[in-house]
Amino acid sequence: MSGTVRLAPGYRFQWEPAQDCHVLLYPEGMVKLNAPAAAILEHCDGSRDAAGILAALQARFPGVELADDVHRFLEVAHERGWLRTV
Amino acid sequence: MSVAGCAPSRPLWLLAELTYACPLQCPYCSNPLDYGQIKDELDTATWLRVLREARALGAAQLGLSGGEPATRPDLEVLVAEARRLGYYSNLITSGIGLDAERIGRLRAAGLDHIQVSFQASGAELNDHLAGTRAFQHKLDIARAVKAAGYPMVLCFVLHRDNIDDMDAVLALAAELQADYVELATAQYYGWAWVNRDRLMPSREQLARGEAVAHAWQARLQGRMKIYYVVPDYYETRPKACMNGWGSIFLTIAPDGTALPCHSARSLPGLSFPNVREHGIDWIWNESPGFNRFRGFEWMREPCRSCDEKERDFGGCRCQAYLLTGDASQADPVCDKSPHHGRVLAAIEAAASTPSEKPLIFRNPRNARTLSG
Repeated sequence: MSGTVRLAPGYRFQWEPAQDCHVLLYPEGMVKLNAPAAAILEHCDGSRDAAGILAALQARFPGVELADDVHRFLEVAHERGWLRTV
Repeated sequence: MSVAGCAPSRPLWLLAELTYACPLQCPYCSNPLDYGQIKDELDTATWLRVLREARALGAAQLGLSGGEPATRPDLEVLVAEARRLGYYSNLITSGIGLDAERIGRLRAAGLDHIQVSFQASGAELNDHLAGTRAFQHKLDIARAVKAAGYPMVLCFVLHRDNIDDMDAVLALAAELQADYVELATAQYYGWAWVNRDRLMPSREQLARGEAVAHAWQARLQGRMKIYYVVPDYYETRPKACMNGWGSIFLTIAPDGTALPCHSARSLPGLSFPNVREHGIDWIWNESPGFNRFRGFEWMREPCRSCDEKERDFGGCRCQAYLLTGDASQADPVCDKSPHHGRVLAAIEAAASTPSEKPLIFRNPRNARTLSG
């Protein structure tokens, strides 16, 4: 995966106060996100590639080994159509 | 209030039926038979309050439907407020009342998604089923939706008269470069209930349709997503209707009646609250109508002791009422129901109904006759 990562067209990532969690909204559907998934998606704003996303997260959580989890999540999120790499 | 043993439910899905007005006359319309007598539509200010109150309870998906929602001149105002509040808004339209310019205005107001319905793959059958000349305009609108930057989402309602055209339907969708195509067999409520014997496809038609849909699915993989929804009369377990009564789904009818699903107002002996008199919080959490079939306490056998009740919630209350006369029965689609034979009888009755029998179109004249 090279290129910058962003949400696929038609997807929206937002905080839901009533549910006290982040969600991903798409046509007629919604996924509730756990905190790690939300932290990764927050960085998928089209300004970074996969390495940049990992670096930004690693800066926020120093000393934690994140690479495997982040790459696995990005892979699954692409498969599900949530993310695009352009 | 929460139901014992369950997490508190939230109206995550708000369906705003903005109007029963529609220029089309589809004989499978899900609107009530007496729609013509329900004239007092909510005004803009009340809809804005409904949007705010439902959002505060956690509503995130908003369906804007009808009738034809584009007949409401305040659609743009409602969409803009929905976006500001954080809804994901879906417009469910026949395309009539839209043009490229209005789609642009809706996009600017923050509309997230548009689904355009078609009746058939060609002008002749499409316009016969719609009861008006609409096909050419629908093609223009489908293209305009995509040109505005939305995915093109097409919905074809299938029944006996058009399911054999599945190949042409999907060829049309491919030619239009649709992104998503929903092939949904008509469900037998409202006007489709009246026309059930004429609309229900045979088992053979369904199997042929499914094979054609699968062939196109394989051919257009990665380019066009195709969803094929068969009618539940041919199943042996009921659908998890609305994910359970009063669980996630809130419909507001054009006159402000709040319903757990858009067919529920046909159920006798139940009264449903109106947003003109009550707030959404009370309606959702406290009103007797929304609590009537919530959870599992209302169930009778065979549902009560069934180990699948948490999967399908006993099926559809409206279907149970339509087929047994009692909304608290198991949905007769389930082959554990003592009334399952009525579903089989309905399939038999449809099979012996000639295609020459006229369809009853949804229009004011037929509404007066049927609800007289």
